Amino acid sequence: MLIEETLKRIQSQKGVQGIIIVNSEGIPIKTTLDNSSTVQYAGLIHQLVMKARSTVRDIDPQNDLTFLRVRSKKNEIMIAPDKDYFLIVIQNPSD
Amino acid sequence: GKKNYNYSDVDCLCLQVNTERFESDSCGINHVEGGWPKDVNPQEVEQTIRFRKKVEKDESYINSILQLGSVMEHCIRQNNAVDIYQVYFEEEEEVEEAPDAPSAKTINVFRDPNEVKRTVTGLSWHPDGGRKLAAAYSCLEFQKTSKDMSLDSYIWDIENPNRPEMTLKPASSLICLDYNPKDPHTLVGGCYNGQIAYWDTRRGSQPVEVSSVEQSHRDPVYKIIWLQSKTGTDTFSASTDGQVLWWDVRRLSEPTERLVLDLSREGNLDRALGAISLEFESTMPTKFMVGTEQGVVVSCNRKAKTPAEKIVCTYDSHHGPVYALQRNPFFPKNFLTVGDWTARIWSEDIKESSIMWTRYQMSYLTDACWSPVRPSVFFTVKMDGVLDVWDILFKQNEPTLSLKVCDEALYSLRVQDNGRLVACGSQQGGATLLEISSGLSTLQKNEKSLELRLKERSRSEQSREEDVGREDGEDSPDQLISRAQKDFYSVVETELRRRRDREDQENRVRTH
Repeated sequence: MLIEETLKRIQSQKGVQGIIIVNSEGIPIKTTLDNSSTVQYAGLIHQLVMKARSTVRDIDPQNDLTFLRVRSKKNEIMIAPDKDYFLIVIQNPSD
Repeated sequence: GKKNYNYSDVDCLCLQVNTERFESDSCGINHVEGGWPKDVNPQEVEQTIRFRKKVEKDESYINSILQLGSVMEHCIRQNNAVDIYQVYFEEEEEVEEAPDAPSAKTINVFRDPNEVKRTVTGLSWHPDGGRKLAAAYSCLEFQKTSKDMSLDSYIWDIENPNRPEMTLKPASSLICLDYNPKDPHTLVGGCYNGQIAYWDTRRGSQPVEVSSVEQSHRDPVYKIIWLQSKTGTDTFSASTDGQVLWWDVRRLSEPTERLVLDLSREGNLDRALGAISLEFESTMPTKFMVGTEQGVVVSCNRKAKTPAEKIVCTYDSHHGPVYALQRNPFFPKNFLTVGDWTARIWSEDIKESSIMWTRYQMSYLTDACWSPVRPSVFFTVKMDGVLDVWDILFKQNEPTLSLKVCDEALYSLRVQDNGRLVACGSQQGGATLLEISSGLSTLQKNEKSLELRLKERSRSEQSREEDVGREDGEDSPDQLISRAQKDFYSVVETELRRRRDREDQENRVRTH
């Protein structure tokens, strides 16, 4: 229930286009987008987060990735990573 | 116990080992499905739903997502709070950036590839975009030329300082050269032996045509410039033999016209002044000026009927040869001269003296030119290897920017048409390319009108001074020389004293 509330709150924010929760294997657990987009995002973002995380840790092993924002022309993809899961939100702030 | 192995103990068997070749390639993976566990069939919707529901009930999942959720919300709210891409002040005009402090940086140095280095005595920018720089190399020191000295001059691509793009092979080393502004493939060059040579870069390193020795100058050709004409094949050259010769590059066997710089207008070569610089501005095609070894600038009219009428008037400019002479591209009635230890700006109408001049410098000035984009900026180079940038609207007493380009003397200088790139040539065959800061190479607001006012003021001051001077009676040459000497020595003395004082001050500070 708590999760539902959190996700509903996020979804209601201005400009939020989609939410995906992905596990460390790349399996989407929860999503508000259609299946094919979800799978695409899940797979691609998984690789990106792995790379970003290893970059941060290679530079300083005591550091770790806490958040990743990919700003593009059309929207922003925000990724909050965790040991086992990622929370991905796609937002278009000017909407 | 431990056994120490020596190489001699073990019989080494040498085998050549070669692993099988393995090709690897980097590529992305197109995810179609995530990494489902073995017991779940991704195609079976029921199984996948069951898996997902199981995960959602997991405690660690709940904790993780709650935590991530709050972090995420924060960032989402951030995005909604401020649009970081908003354009501010869209309606307002572009505010002019405050000009950055005057500075220049060295971009490249093009060195003479030969063992025996020659002086870079002439430079010319490629007229189309200035991506190439032609440099003339020669040795002007009397009897210093050796048999091994190369006669070649080079054209450099400014992006490649390692190797010249093209070699020009004259029969005698080039003192000066000039790219044809109307045809960037062709150049003319003036030689040490008085000949003129014409190149077409599409036709190789040898000149396409060379003037005949008998009809050429009798002394090194110090300056050669392309003229503006219908055919685009006319050029003229000046030499210390006292002549200015006009040429049509299609027929270099003899000059099309001759002018002897005899001020008594009798065409007497023995009395002629040696020409060492030449000036021609296409905006004033009927006039041209010659700077002489004797320090006199001669203003001439190209269209005059008789040779006598060609020489219009003279300006007593410097105590030594006039090494550079150029009209201001924005105010052609004003021209810049350089010689002895000063640079001077003249107004055509005032013959007696320059309207503005610099202080006596510590070193001899060897070349100068105006900035093609800023009417109040000009550049000078000196024998101590310093390049000075003068902005007369900003400071008249000293250069706005002074750069030590190299340790040896600088002999030539040319600014590229965009006003930002400056090339200067040194005695050891190095041509240095510098980029000037935008403040000194972009036209400032009101610059032209301010400059005009400054010049008008200097001119009127000058004419007033002359009236006074004329009343006192003209100085004899000896008096002029002694005055110049006095001025020079007083400047040197003050500078030396200043340096001594500074050193004393530093020593005093150190001992404390």
